[in-house]
Amino acid sequence: MPRTPLITYDRVRKTFPGPVVAVDDVSLDIAEGEFLAIVGGSGSGKTTLLRLTNRLIALDGGTIRIGGEDIGGLEPVALRRRIGNVFQNGALFPHMTVAANVGITPRLLGTPANEIAPRVDELLDLVQLDRKAYRDRLPDELSGGQRQRVGVARALAAKPRIVLMDEPFGALDPLTRDALGHDYRALHDKLGLTTLMITHDITEALLLADRIAVMRTGRLVEVGTAAELAASREPYVTELMSTPRRQAARLAALLPESGAA
Amino acid sequence: MSLLSDPRFAEALSHLADYLGSHLRVSIAALALGLVISFPLALLARNRPSLRNLLLGLASVVQTVPGLALLALFYPLLLALAALSLRWFGLSFSAFGFLPAVLALALYSMLPVLRNTITGLNGVDAGLIEAAKGVGMTERQALTMVELPLALPVIMAGIRTAAVWVIGTATLSTPIGQTSLGNYIFAGLQTQNWVLVVFGCVAAALLALAVDQLLALIEHGLRTRSRARVGLGTATIALMVGASLLPSLAGTSARYVIGAKTFTEQYVLSALISERLQAAGLSATSRAGLGSSVIYEALRNGDIDAYVDYSGTLWANQFHHQEQLPREALLAALKQDLAKDKVILLGELGFENAYALVMPRKKAEALGIRSIEDLARHTAQMSIAGDYEFFSRPEWAALRDAYGLTFRAQRQMQPDFMYAAVASGEVEIIAGYTSDGLIAKYDLVVLDDPKHAIPPYDAILLLSPKRSDDRALQDALRPLLGRIDIATMQQANLRASGSDAESSPQAVARWLWSKIAK
Repeated sequence: MPRTPLITYDRVRKTFPGPVVAVDDVSLDIAEGEFLAIVGGSGSGKTTLLRLTNRLIALDGGTIRIGGEDIGGLEPVALRRRIGNVFQNGALFPHMTVAANVGITPRLLGTPANEIAPRVDELLDLVQLDRKAYRDRLPDELSGGQRQRVGVARALAAKPRIVLMDEPFGALDPLTRDALGHDYRALHDKLGLTTLMITHDITEALLLADRIAVMRTGRLVEVGTAAELAASREPYVTELMSTPRRQAARLAALLPESGAA
Repeated sequence: MSLLSDPRFAEALSHLADYLGSHLRVSIAALALGLVISFPLALLARNRPSLRNLLLGLASVVQTVPGLALLALFYPLLLALAALSLRWFGLSFSAFGFLPAVLALALYSMLPVLRNTITGLNGVDAGLIEAAKGVGMTERQALTMVELPLALPVIMAGIRTAAVWVIGTATLSTPIGQTSLGNYIFAGLQTQNWVLVVFGCVAAALLALAVDQLLALIEHGLRTRSRARVGLGTATIALMVGASLLPSLAGTSARYVIGAKTFTEQYVLSALISERLQAAGLSATSRAGLGSSVIYEALRNGDIDAYVDYSGTLWANQFHHQEQLPREALLAALKQDLAKDKVILLGELGFENAYALVMPRKKAEALGIRSIEDLARHTAQMSIAGDYEFFSRPEWAALRDAYGLTFRAQRQMQPDFMYAAVASGEVEIIAGYTSDGLIAKYDLVVLDDPKHAIPPYDAILLLSPKRSDDRALQDALRPLLGRIDIATMQQANLRASGSDAESSPQAVARWLWSKIAK
């Protein structure tokens, strides 16, 4: 790997009372500018790994470094303000307007209001929402896709280098999901972000990410590019990688040959 | 006759500023105190299940205590605290009226505020709290910027419930000496003045509605970030409280406070005392509807200046004497007891208002009953009614044991309804009051007590210790001593139980004075 790692997971371990080992001895380097998808079933530990990254929860073993710095020594609130966060279904604050939602992290950082307003407009342009039409709306007045565009704008507001996304597009219809994924990937490249995106959809991961980390029962089973994963001999990875092709074959049988673009 | 031209309506209206103002002050103070206590408690308890359950459990238990009892319990509690505070810190405070009412009502307001704050905060989507932390909020910022705004409708619903409860329950603070709209209701119930009762109820309901709507306005303003709405609602409540303070700030508060217990005769006598003081150029106001146990302590502590009590009542209930003494001996002994408390017994009014067993004259004659001794043979088939305290008073135990009375049933009633109940045969016997005018009205007969099981109940005029050297007061009241005989008091009480313009305590007091001044 030519690029220097921005995020390093070194033998990271997290146990929940029960006891349940949620993340088990995970070591992983993520390069600056990389788009990493984390794939796994429910209970695989992928969300826990993400929450450990911005210290929403504390780890039990190992270290996580960002830019070479052990995050264990950082103030959690300050750390979170430096990292963009996109949540499932957007998780917009329903009592705040679009502008207030997007501007929240700059506001928490003490940015003056007259600097936040133009930044919000800039971000709405970036996520392709009409600034005049959407700025003053409440989240309830938006469609699912628009809400998640606002969610992305909110995550980018304080100009983070890293963005954590937890199944950001999971609840959207296929067309919106495809468009949003594509648009976000373009933003990622344009802004030079480093993105960790959780998804349970291997197809989405293959289409958007540079590399894919496969997790199962807390362990990192495999990590690599699409080609590297396709060559993996791990049964779970093989099974996972064969799913898109199997589905494509079944679709081909169902759909008439002609008319395909 | 239209309601508005009814003189009783005009009389009710004349007290409105005082009663409504006091009611509002005590309610808002209680609500504010309740909020200040329960809101932080709710924040503290919401993530601590055992503390939460303990608090909600305690608040629920408080809620099951009837409002009247809760208010009444705070009085002796504060009396004890006041005594301790005086002994330990040299600080004295009044355990009468405002303070116990505010504390009891504040306690009463806690349950809805606690429960709704906890429920509202716990009902906020966990995903949003995670998002609040994720975008970089501290715990405190997450609480104030996300959790509280989202829980606001539920929290405000709790505050509104508390406001309505407190304003409604504040009507019950009259017996512990806090003037409120309950003064209308208690006075109206005692003197069968239904206009007063309805007036008090409607006024309390309107006040509750008004405050509820103002809180709704504030809530709506907070939710829609409309400063105008929040400001208007808050300013109106502040203005109402301010207006309620004006009369007391004007400083013309009366010099003497005359107490009255919760029955007709007491209302008349307190009106008579006030009237005599005013005639002597002294200003006086009355605190009516005080509970029997509250009124004596209030006098002893100087919260009220004068009232009329009854020798036997003080003897048995206040000083807990068991032995039976003849009239003069009891008065002499009582005087010594009172002197220990430095309470001044100015003198007897001349009549006795004793408990007595009373039944319809015709029935008594048919059965050949003249005394309680005769009655004892028939009681197994009879039911008896008494006022709310009679059956728990030592007099009843003494009477029962002396004559071996065993009734088929015992019932407790509003005193003014007992006489009608015994006249109509609803019950066979009542424990009535000898000075009650209704005895003559319903053609009832008072049964003799040959064993003197019931002590004498001379009406005596008591003054508070701080009035021991007040010649003006004592001179103004001395003309009342020994002048009111039983027949005159019965007539006065009968007049006061009517329901026309001539039956207000003030009108009857004037009539009474005209009779005894001759």
